[in-house]
Amino acid sequence: MSTLTENKININVNDTVQTNESQEQIESKSSVIYNTQNLDLWYTKTHALKNINLEIRENEVTAIIGPSGCGKSTYIKTLNRMVELVPGVSTTGAISYKGKNILDKSIKVEDLRTQVGMVFQKPNPFPKSIYENVAYGPKVHGIKKKAILDEIVEKSLRGAAIWDEVKDRLNQNAYGLSGGQQQRICIARCLAIEPDVLLMDEPTSALDPISTLKIEELIKELKKNYTIIIVTHNMQQAARISDRTVFMLNGEVVEFSETNQLFSNPKDQRTEDYITGRFG
Amino acid sequence: MATNSNLNSGTNVSELIAKNKEKKSLNNYFEKSIPGILFLLASITVLTTIGILYTLVSQAVQFFMEVPILDFFTGTELNPLSQNPEFGILPLLNGTIISSLIAILVAGPIGLMSAIYLSEYATDKVRKVLKPLLEILAGIPTIVYGFFAFTFVTPLIRYLWPGVEATNILSPGIVMGVMIIPMIASLSEDAMNSVPNGMREGSLAMGTTKLETTIKVVIPAAFSGIMASFVLGISRAIGETMIVTIASGSSKNFTFDIRESMQTMTAFIVEVSGGEAPAGSTLHYSLYAVALTLFVFTLIMNLLAKYVSRKFREEY
Amino acid sequence: MEKLEALHLNNKIDARVRKNSIWKSIFFLSTLFGLVVLAVLIIRVLFQGMSWIDIDFIVGRLSTTAENAGIMGAILGTLWVMVVVIPVTLIIGVGTAIFLELYSKKGRFQSIIETNISNLAGVPSIVYGLLGLTVFVRLADLGNVVLAGGLTLALLVLPILIVSAQEALRAVPGHLSEASYGMGATKWQTIRRIILPAAIPSILTGAILALSRAIGETAPLTVLGIPALLIPFPEGLFDTFTALPMQIYYWTIDSSLVAEYANLAAATIIILLIILFLLNSVAIFIRNKYQHRY
Ligand SMILES: Nc1ncnc2c1ncn2[C@@H]1O[C@H](COP(=O)(O)OP(=O)(O)OP(=O)(O)O)[C@@H](O)[C@H]1O
Ligand SMILES: [Mg+2]
Repeated sequence: MSTLTENKININVNDTVQTNESQEQIESKSSVIYNTQNLDLWYTKTHALKNINLEIRENEVTAIIGPSGCGKSTYIKTLNRMVELVPGVSTTGAISYKGKNILDKSIKVEDLRTQVGMVFQKPNPFPKSIYENVAYGPKVHGIKKKAILDEIVEKSLRGAAIWDEVKDRLNQNAYGLSGGQQQRICIARCLAIEPDVLLMDEPTSALDPISTLKIEELIKELKKNYTIIIVTHNMQQAARISDRTVFMLNGEVVEFSETNQLFSNPKDQRTEDYITGRFG
Repeated sequence: MATNSNLNSGTNVSELIAKNKEKKSLNNYFEKSIPGILFLLASITVLTTIGILYTLVSQAVQFFMEVPILDFFTGTELNPLSQNPEFGILPLLNGTIISSLIAILVAGPIGLMSAIYLSEYATDKVRKVLKPLLEILAGIPTIVYGFFAFTFVTPLIRYLWPGVEATNILSPGIVMGVMIIPMIASLSEDAMNSVPNGMREGSLAMGTTKLETTIKVVIPAAFSGIMASFVLGISRAIGETMIVTIASGSSKNFTFDIRESMQTMTAFIVEVSGGEAPAGSTLHYSLYAVALTLFVFTLIMNLLAKYVSRKFREEY
Repeated sequence: MEKLEALHLNNKIDARVRKNSIWKSIFFLSTLFGLVVLAVLIIRVLFQGMSWIDIDFIVGRLSTTAENAGIMGAILGTLWVMVVVIPVTLIIGVGTAIFLELYSKKGRFQSIIETNISNLAGVPSIVYGLLGLTVFVRLADLGNVVLAGGLTLALLVLPILIVSAQEALRAVPGHLSEASYGMGATKWQTIRRIILPAAIPSILTGAILALSRAIGETAPLTVLGIPALLIPFPEGLFDTFTALPMQIYYWTIDSSLVAEYANLAAATIIILLIILFLLNSVAIFIRNKYQHRY
């Protein structure tokens, strides 16, 4: 039973408590899909996330930037609770996804992750054929009919802008592809179960510039249908593709505003220092 | 959700998935029972240990109710089948220790020197050929070694040294040595390989030869690993059965003459269990007393090897 | 220049270098020693046994007259034992490895099981024979049948399989299972569809090594009282049987009575070694064919 979609409450921006000054200026037509409130996270001893308050909107690209070790990956992995795979992680606070607190014990992580796909830093296709990679999610979720699977695979590969490159070799091992192609296969793999959100943790940092460009174009395209949260080390990339940008430092959110504004007119001295390359 | 609107197809995947999720309750029960099933499978190894201990101890206790434990461990006479049976384990212990000593005298030096060659001198190419060949030696079933000892090595020894009997402890001892060479060679080589290269370079840079570096630097640094390999080798020899059963006969002499036949603990177990020792007889129970002694012996050796090699790992 | 030469003499460098190369040869010859013995063993066995191997020997029944003796019974017995050992070790071994690597918390209990497994690996095989005799043959009252022999040998080689399966599972990179979890797959789905398939080549390699150890074992079988006399071919798990190593054993010890038995033993050894060789070739083939690419 997919409890998450059932009780969908679209939190309106105007209804929610404003926790960050900069957010007051943000006005948007789309509704909030993820609302993080007072989130704290510890790895056994390390206090990796400190009092995070963030609202992420539907059908936007939200970029998370910040120096290495500031907690970007940790935060994004909390959004689909992958962070729990690390032993000894503990959290306080709440993240509501479509109105449900996903940190609650009663939430089934499998349901959450069905709706929230993830693309990793290093392309990580399975050592299977291209077809099997993309069909993996639907199969895991009980779709067995070949005809439906065929349809899903094609649709997803098209959606990830790689159909034309691989349509003649769907049965070949995905490891035979280039890194950029592999990453798009991984994106297609996520699309196959039609999630609402795509989490991307530095999806282009292991790729060459041309592959990076292709992925960036793809992200702009996917934005029409998906909410995308992307971690990147590359500030130009954040500026190019995102609607809003989060700047994190030492486990805290320093600034969160529209991308243009954050880069052209940062409110916080630390943000300015970071984007002008004075540290990090 | 906006997700599906743009995809030009009739199938709504997320709906399908949601529907499937409702049906999956049976699978859920299966999933929930998996850790339990795996736990049960994993506990079979623990049950095995308990089974071994229980089997040996319970029946050995029966034996010691009939034969005083002191007589057993200090008796030099083993005549289980005579009118007045005597159960002294010393002849068996003696046979076991002597054969294992012969084996380690063969395998120790040769295994160590092989390890030195493989780790310090051999080129990668040569090593890639030699190591798999040595592994074959380790993969030969012991019954084949037993055959070899009995039909080839013994006649050869008797030709070279006429006083040797047709069944003797020397031949199986040597062949057991050959059998454990690969084990000692590869464990010692591992130990020597984990000596940091910097130590070698430091020594070589002072103008010493490879031999001097090996003897003065590498071997001392890898010493406990090498010792552990020897101890494990001895443990293997103590537990080895078929080679001694076939080639050393079954006379229960308490002697130190390696030209003669002696029986090891393992060979005694084969002899008694293969013959018809009536269940419940002292002879039958003696089997378990001997096996328990053997078990404790090898366990101590294995723990000793682990202890020694753990100390060694802490050095770096 | 003169000075350097003087130094040269002082340190007796020439002598030291010569000593080094002499010892290098000694080390090399030591390495060869084991291989030479291996060669002698194999050549000797081939010479003794080769001429005795023909179709009649392979498919024939056992006989006390050397000329008529065949080893089909022993071959079938060994095969039947494999029928027990393979599924039992695979299920218990892989299950245990999955439990240890993927389910149990890294803690006290796990380290107890792991220590226990490594100690079991050092227990002499003949002790397993006594365990099998007491538990399977007598307590479970199976008698000295295929099932009892197979279970005994399965327990004996289980530690080998568990350790290699653990290594195989550990070698599957974490990013693959992460990807699977990220798709909303459950733990078991991830194990069954991603981790196990990726680990299966290495697991099979380990399983074959364990199996070859099992079919060469003799000592536990002697304790179980496995006969090597004229017995009917085994046709199921509850039939008495003999196995190739048992056949070799009896022919070897009786060769002092009937000289030709030594040749029969040698011929049987050739068959056994061929089976082991084939098994190991399969293992190497699997290892090379499915070498990890991730
Ligand atoms: N598995 C872990 N166990 C313990 N501490 C961790 C773990 N992963 C991350 N941390 C710690 O949490 C903090 C945040 O790490 P995180 O990986 O989220 O940073 P990041 O912003 O993604 O960095 P990068 O840009 O290098 O990827 C760091 O101090 C890191 O050392
Ligand atoms: Mg990161």
